[in-house]
Formats: sequence, structure tokens, C-alpha cells
Amino acid sequence: MIAELGHYALVLALALTLVQSIVPFWGARTGDQVLMASGTSSSIAGFLALCISFAALTYSYVISDFSLANVWQNSHSDKPMLYKVTGVWGNHEGSMLLWVLILTLFSAMLAAFATNLPSRLKADVLAVQGWVTLAFLLFILFTSNPFERLPQIPAEGKDLNPILQDIGLAIHPPLLYVGYVGFSLTFSFAVAAMISGRIDGAWARYVRPWALVAWVFLTAGIAMGSYWAYYELGWGGWWFWDPVENASFMPWLMGTALIHSALVMEKRDALKIWTILLALLTFSLSLLGTFIVRSGVLTSVHSFASDPTRGIFILGILLIFIGGSLALFAMRANALQQGGLFQPISREGALVFNNLFLTVSCMTVILGTLYPLFLEAIDGSKISVGPPYFNLTFGPLMIPILLVMPLGPLMSWKRSDLLPVLQRLYFVAGASLFCIILALAFTHDGPVLASLAIGLGVWVMLGSVAELVQRSGFPKVNVQTAIARLKGLPRSTWGTAFAHFGVGLMVLGIVGATAFSDEKGISALKGDTIEIAGFTLTHAGSQREQGPNYVQDTLLVSVKRGGVEELKLTPAKRFYTGHGTATTEASIKTYWFSQLYVSVGDTDEEGRTVLRAWWKSQVLFVWLGPILMAFGGCLSLTDRRLRVGAPKTSKAKRALANA
Amino acid sequence: MRKILFPFLLILSFTVQAFAVNPDEVLDDPVLEQRARELSIGIRCLVCQNQSIDDSDAQLARDLRILVREKLVEGLSDRQILNFLVERYGEFVLLKPRFTTQTILLWLLPILVLLIGAVLAVKTFNQSQHKSSRRASHLSEDEKKKLSKILEE
Repeated sequence: MIAELGHYALVLALALTLVQSIVPFWGARTGDQVLMASGTSSSIAGFLALCISFAALTYSYVISDFSLANVWQNSHSDKPMLYKVTGVWGNHEGSMLLWVLILTLFSAMLAAFATNLPSRLKADVLAVQGWVTLAFLLFILFTSNPFERLPQIPAEGKDLNPILQDIGLAIHPPLLYVGYVGFSLTFSFAVAAMISGRIDGAWARYVRPWALVAWVFLTAGIAMGSYWAYYELGWGGWWFWDPVENASFMPWLMGTALIHSALVMEKRDALKIWTILLALLTFSLSLLGTFIVRSGVLTSVHSFASDPTRGIFILGILLIFIGGSLALFAMRANALQQGGLFQPISREGALVFNNLFLTVSCMTVILGTLYPLFLEAIDGSKISVGPPYFNLTFGPLMIPILLVMPLGPLMSWKRSDLLPVLQRLYFVAGASLFCIILALAFTHDGPVLASLAIGLGVWVMLGSVAELVQRSGFPKVNVQTAIARLKGLPRSTWGTAFAHFGVGLMVLGIVGATAFSDEKGISALKGDTIEIAGFTLTHAGSQREQGPNYVQDTLLVSVKRGGVEELKLTPAKRFYTGHGTATTEASIKTYWFSQLYVSVGDTDEEGRTVLRAWWKSQVLFVWLGPILMAFGGCLSLTDRRLRVGAPKTSKAKRALANA
Repeated sequence: MRKILFPFLLILSFTVQAFAVNPDEVLDDPVLEQRARELSIGIRCLVCQNQSIDDSDAQLARDLRILVREKLVEGLSDRQILNFLVERYGEFVLLKPRFTTQTILLWLLPILVLLIGAVLAVKTFNQSQHKSSRRASHLSEDEKKKLSKILEE
């Protein structure tokens, strides 16, 4: 009964979306304020209908209603409650429902909060959001309905893939989807602007907060997914250049370019055509990512062809929206006036540089991800494009960005001189050089280039602080004045500093985890030891434990430092009875920003267990960096200038009243 | 040059240092073992989703790891070993595709697009500068006289 209610709500959402797609758009064409305003209520109502639908599916999971095919395939009555709930989006149908729910959430948020938007623009944006929602609702109802009933009710479910039975599933997909789908709004804004043909700095001001929100969530979501993979897969890797990862990384790169170019457009009315194009491409890449992940095209072009309904449906959506928006762009681009002139050496110039390298690096990721598919489709030959390719292409493209990153914020708009900017960074450059020498001295015959990379990270980190110091006026003014000035700086300046600092920190983390880490592995009997990074790990026996829906063999590993036992680590091999698969549970101990990571492999007939240990130097920086980036984005969002629906300052109001 | 550059790129980009190598597979000669590890990172575990044989716990990955080490002990060069694997399993086994007519776009397109993008950016700068100077001179057509008048006064 509840499931039918959910199904009904889903169809109701479709009807409401249909209204949202047509009525406000028609109103905007005819200049009818009432029709335009109807977009607000229909999009909020559509969101509520989807909330009911999603809640109904969640309820079916909670009570383990195995009469639903979707619940039967992905749940089990013994599963802990948390994983019953998260299991809702741990599968194709449920995750698509979450996708659309978030899509309508953004429409509803725009409808409710963006009260300062011109009514025509708002009506058009909501209508375009409606078109996207419509397409995906049809996709769900026709090819991926989570409310489908089974003719006979099975007694027990088939259980969720054990790898997904983790707190990570509760956090990672929702964050990622908010990021992914959030860029739909920038897309709708771009399409709406092209339809009406009016694009100016104000447009960028309306769009930038939404792009920032999406970017913040996408950043956090990717970082979270990376950490999840790190501890769950049991071998300490944290980025694999896997197509599924690339699917979220592509919109991130393009979105990063977008929030930078939108800045130029907002402040200087320049780069308009380019910014519109980026807004279209970012969401197009989100759609492409959805296609890559959801169509099954990944494993092989052939497996895609064997069950093509879903894939072809999404491919159709992809073609309509990407092709349609780009065609519109091609028609309208010439009509757009390019405003705001600037010299190559200027803040704008630096941001163009950033955009060039970000877009090319994004294209490289797209190329590497899709090339094998295309080649197989064209002449049937199979090749692999793996991490070595991305390291060789993507890696070098990042170096210029990192080198230029500290310069950008120090440059003035329109026209700037390189020499004074560089002079202001003398100290930062000196400090980076010092760190390189220090690293070289401490590692002796260690990796020279890793030391250079450390210098690069320090350059970025200190460079981002340099702008703050500069603007405080320190050391020319006394500390109190400097602090007062720092407090008075716009939040967005602080946001930039935090985000750029995070990038530098991440570079340090990558260098540490790659070049200064250690790994050891042995086949251990009880009493055997491993020496790693000053620790002595001893196999101290094993035990079998019973979990709610699994059994696990836990290895006790005693960790000693300087002869004193510090703690016991408990890596395990887990076997999920319902699903019939095994997982590796690593055991991790954090020391400041470094980690001791221990996992177990197979046990042979003589009772020897493969015990593996890693010392991951500064590895936490890899994720702390992105967290700082996301935090910087949040700070920027609280900037008065960008606040969604921010009321005009009292000064401006007074000025208006006087006028 | 490539030898020097490669670790640097490896460090700067997202690389995974993981290993699934079982202790009994490890070669006694540390130089050969190191070469085996480096080779393994570039060889795909054919039955896995997207893992190198260095990362994978699968039986096939283990067999390939042992095979690579056997060939190294026999004294084959890295290139010979990769050729041997490609002959046996096809290009699919290489995680870093070789530069052939099939992969020419894969390897060259990033550089090409970067160059084209740079040229376009520079061109846009020049155009806008040209426009601004033309606008300045165009405006001064009328105003030159006024200006000179003002200056004369």
C-alpha cells in the first residue's frame, strides 16, 4: 500500500513537472506575470511529491518489504537499520530516484529563495529545470521503476553488496549527487539566458552562489569517496582513475573552471561567452557521468548492447540536452557582446590561464575515459587506458596551475605588472626553496623530485596566505590594525585563501603518501613480526567473530614502538553469508596526519596468514586539503555580495530612497 | 630524461601505491623485484574491473605476477616482457597504451588542444587590444580637433 502511494506520488511529480516545464515558459513568452509565477508553486509541489515517493521507498526498505523487486534484490532482513536505509540508494533504481529528488530540491530552493531574480529569468530557469526533471522522471518510470512488485513474495532478500555496507554509503552518494545535480541550475541559467538573449554581470552574480554550492558538495563528495575507497578496499589506494571516479572528477574540473570564470564575468563583464559555455559543459559532464555509470557501457560496449534500454534512454537524454544546448549556444554566441577589455598580464589573464589548463586537463580525463569505448565501437579492438596514462598527461598539466596559483589573487584587474607581484612573493619563493633544501637534506639519497614537489606544495600554501598578509598591511602597520583589517576583508577573499591553501596541502599529502611511505608484507604464523617505520608489528593470534549478517576472522596484531606495546590492531577478513562474498577490513591507527594501515590476505593450509602493513606518511592531507577547499567555498558563499536572496544593504536602500 | 621525469609526474598526480604481491612471490634480487613492481603497475588484471596486477588479489593477477618475475629472472628486458604479454593477451593488457595509429589521438590530443587553446586565448587578447586601440583612434577623429583647440587655448 505504502509502495503504491510512492508510485502514485512519482507519477504525480511527473504531472507537476509537466506544468513546471510549460506554464512558466509560456508566461515568460507572453509576459503574463501570473503564469510566470506559477513556476514557483509547481516546482515546490513537484519536490514535495518526490519527497513522499522517496519516503515510501525508504519505508519499504525499513520494513523489508520483499514484495518489491528492488528491495528484494538489495536488502536483507538481518541488515543493520543504517544499511537498510542507505541501501535505498545503493542500487540503480533507488539512486536514480535520489538523483531526481535532488534535482527537484534545487528547483524548489531556487523557487523559494531566489526572490530577487527578475521574474522572466526565474520562470525560464525553472522551466528548463522542469525539462531536465521530466526526462529523468520518464527514465525512472519507464526503465528503472523502484516500485515494481514481484508476483510471488520471497521470504528473504538477496542483500546489498557488502562493500557498500558501510557508513560511507550514507554520506558519499548524497554529497556527490548534490554536487553533480547542483550544476543543473547553472545549466538552466545558461539556457534561460540564451533563450532571452540577455547576459550580463548580474547573471553571473545570480549563478555563482549556486555553482559554488554544487562545487562545495562535489568537492566534499569526491574526497569522501576517496577516503571510503582507501579504508574499505583494504589496500590503501585512494585514487584509481577508475571510470566511475572520473565520472565525478570531470564535472569537478569543469565546475572549478566555471566558478573562476564566473568571477571574471561578475566583476569585469568579460569572458561572457566562455562562462556560458562552461555552465553548459559542466552539467553536460554530470549527465555524461550519469550515463557512464548507469548504462553499463563501462564493462564493455557489448554488455551495453545486450541490454540497451536504459543506456539508450540516457544516451537520448544526453543527446537532447547536450546537443540542444550547444546548438542554442552556437546560434546565440555571436549575438553576445564581449565586454570588459583586459591585458594578458592581469587578474583576468591569470584566470584565463587557470581556465585553459583546467579545461584541457578535464578533456584529458574525458579522452582517457572514453577512448577505449570509442575504439571498441569503431573497430572492435580492445585497449586499456589506466593510471599510467593519466599520470603522464594529467600530472604535467597541473604543474603550471600550481605555479601560477599564488600569482593570480595578487594581480590587479584589467592591467597588472608581473614584477611587483613577483617581488611580493620573494619571501614565499624563498621559503619554498628552503623547504626543498630541507627535504633533500633529510632524505639523503631519497627522491629528489619528491622534494621539488614539496616545494611546490609549500609555494601554493604560503602563496595563499601571502594575499591575506598583504592586505592586512603587516608589517607596515601594527598588529592591531592588521588584525582589524583582516577582519574587515571580504569573506570571499578568505574563501580563496582557504581553498588555495587546501590545494597546496593536498599536494603535500600526495607527495607524502606516494614518495615517503613504506610497505611490508609477510606470510605470518603466530609470533612473526614486521618492522615498519619504527614500529614492530606482531601476529598475536586470531579469532572468529559473529556479526549481524557476517562472520569474520580477525587477526590480532600487537603494535610496539621502542619495545613498548602501544595498541592492538584488528584487521579482518569478513564473509557475508546473505550475499556470499568476502571483504577485507583494514585496521588503521592515525598518528598526527600519518597512518599505520594493516590488512590481512589469505591463509594457507599451514595456517600462515598474509599480513600487510603500510606506513602512509602525511596521507590525511590528501583529504584535509579538499575539506579546506570546500570550507573556502562555504566562506565565499557567506560573502554578503553572493548571499542567495541577500537584501540590499541599508546604504543602497537609502540611496534608492533619496533618488 | 623519461626516467627522471616519470617519478615526478607519478608524485604530482594521483597515484596509487598499493600492493597485492604475496610474500612468497617476491624475488631475492631487490633490483629485479623493483623492476617487477614497476612493470606490474602497468599491466592490467584481465579479469578485474580496473586494477593492475600489482593491486589485484585475483588468481590471474597472481599468475601474471609470477610470470613477469620468471621472465625477469630469465633475463628478458621490460620491453620484451610487455611484448610477450601483448602477444598472449592483446593490447588490452597494457594500462598504458602504446603509441600506435590507433592511439595517436589519445596521446596527441591533449597537447594539441592545449596549443589551440593557447593560440585562441592569445588571439582574443590581440583582437580586444586591436579593437580598443581602434576605438580610441576612432573617437579621436572628432575629438582631435576639439582636443587640439583646448590645448591651444
